[in-house]
Amino acid sequence: MRRFASLFTHPAARWVLLALALGFPFVASSEYQVYVMATAFIWAIAVYGLNIITGYCGQLNLAHGGFFAVGAYALAILTSDHGWNFWPAFLAAGLVSAALGAAVGVVSLRLKEHYFAIFTLCVGFIIYLLIDKWEALTHGAIGIRGIAAPDGFGLVDFSQTRPFYYLALGFLVLAIWFAGRLASSLLGRTFMAIRNGDALAQSLGIDLMRNKVLAFVLSTTYAGVAGALYASMIRFIGPEEANPNHTFDMITYLLIGGFGTLFGPLAGTVGVVWITQSLQFLEDYRMVIFGPLIVVLVIFMPRGVVGTFLGWKLRKDAEAARADARPGVDGMSGTEVKPHA
Amino acid sequence: MNLLFQQVLNGLTLGSIYGLVALGLTLVYGILHIPNFAHGALYMVGAFASYFFMTDLGLHYWIAMLLSGGVVAVLAMLCERLVFHPLRNAPPIHDKIAAIGILLFLEAVVQMFWGSDFRRMASPFGGILRFDGLIIPEQRLLIIVGAFTLMLALHLFLRKTMLGSTIIAMAQSREGAFLVGIDANRVAMLTFAISGMLAAFAATLYAPINLVYPAMGHLVIMKAFVIIVLGGMGSIPGAIVGAMILGFAESFGGFYLSSDYKDIIAFSLLVVILSFRPTGLFAKGAH
Repeated sequence: MRRFASLFTHPAARWVLLALALGFPFVASSEYQVYVMATAFIWAIAVYGLNIITGYCGQLNLAHGGFFAVGAYALAILTSDHGWNFWPAFLAAGLVSAALGAAVGVVSLRLKEHYFAIFTLCVGFIIYLLIDKWEALTHGAIGIRGIAAPDGFGLVDFSQTRPFYYLALGFLVLAIWFAGRLASSLLGRTFMAIRNGDALAQSLGIDLMRNKVLAFVLSTTYAGVAGALYASMIRFIGPEEANPNHTFDMITYLLIGGFGTLFGPLAGTVGVVWITQSLQFLEDYRMVIFGPLIVVLVIFMPRGVVGTFLGWKLRKDAEAARADARPGVDGMSGTEVKPHA
Repeated sequence: MNLLFQQVLNGLTLGSIYGLVALGLTLVYGILHIPNFAHGALYMVGAFASYFFMTDLGLHYWIAMLLSGGVVAVLAMLCERLVFHPLRNAPPIHDKIAAIGILLFLEAVVQMFWGSDFRRMASPFGGILRFDGLIIPEQRLLIIVGAFTLMLALHLFLRKTMLGSTIIAMAQSREGAFLVGIDANRVAMLTFAISGMLAAFAATLYAPINLVYPAMGHLVIMKAFVIIVLGGMGSIPGAIVGAMILGFAESFGGFYLSSDYKDIIAFSLLVVILSFRPTGLFAKGAH
């Protein structure tokens, strides 16, 4: 069992995962499945952003869906209304969400815990209301049509599903790679120290404000990039993209996958998107099941699927290591060894 | 004169409803330090319960309101028992997420049974009173009188009865309350029941001049949060004062500035206040 489990944590596992993702369009039974998978990848990118501020840094950001919509609208307005080319607009969408993230972060991160969650909830709602009401800029409830698909420079046509799938996959791999580098870097550890307690982090000489704002800006950039990709795939967006429910969806994905883990956001997002897809009748009422699931997970399995699995494996490994170190007792009382980790 | 009076009336109506919702929120925060994001869903369930009792069972408005208060009180107690109680020692981020889970669940259930259509709730108080050229719709008068009666009743309950004093004691000092033998579980359940009941009453009072739909709790709960941040989290007088400030700001802002953006006023107020006073305007109210 333990040997089987260690297959998942083997360094080669991620290459297998990548190979599977690359081969998926060839085994998928319809173009629709490829499309769903590409959507899941885009959401996963946004969830990786949420994981930085909420998972690593421990600040529950309830405006994440709003920043996703900001990225989507920035791209939509620039390409559709101002005739920009896709890639400059894409870059601008990332920058706009980063800049807005910095502005919101500087104000909101002075607040602690509950106040921060409430404040960001309101920020998310302000973004939603502004998008809905500011008709001169966002076209209000009508939404924006004619958003440019990613420019393939005549080589690839990204308005087709399959090429777009690979583009989304590329960005997802980039997102995971960066998140992985971040998590193992000093900066990532700084974020985790802040999660473990403001006072503790401060006593280590960490500048709370600067690091929190940095984590926040990184997360909103992720959200903005994901939103821009989303807009260029759907090609039509409306104020519903900013609905605070998207934030709650992303929290669900992250919680099920595992807060503060590297592959939790991917596992949670892809898993939940496919479960919802395969239970089509659930589309509108999925929260009848996911709502209680969130509660049950938070109470009994707050580390999510990936976090729980890693914790379990760590414990088993420690047990095995201890059993190896004491070969004499191994045969008679293997169960006596109590796990500590 | 008349226009000004209408805005005052409007502000009082809004302030009363916000006050009732914010009171429940601030009571729960005072005792358990949980920002109950599911409170707006309880408000919404209260409106639908009244709607159900009135249109499907044909009960009278008052009886429907009382029954709905009971239903939501029980629901709120269940939330406390099944969700927040097991999480009492968990990191603070957990009960916020759990509250969001409850919110999503309740909204989905209501949507499953009633759909996401907007519904109109009839009220026996559809008439209009006229005093010397001033026009007062009966329902608005009912809201203001009803809300102030409830607030007074809550005040008397908290200050004059033994049971109510246990809530105050717990909000002031948890350890102190334990020392004099107060049962924390009972106080927590009682607080949730009161908060749910107030939300249901507020929803039933407000629904006839508004609409009933599954997302109706969103704006109200966020405004209630703005109010309790404004008034100091956990402070009861702060919640009432904050509600009145917000009610008047919205009614006058919506009238003199722009009705499209009147919902943004509340949030802008919050952004401005928290930018200068990160712990709220009247920080540290009840404890």
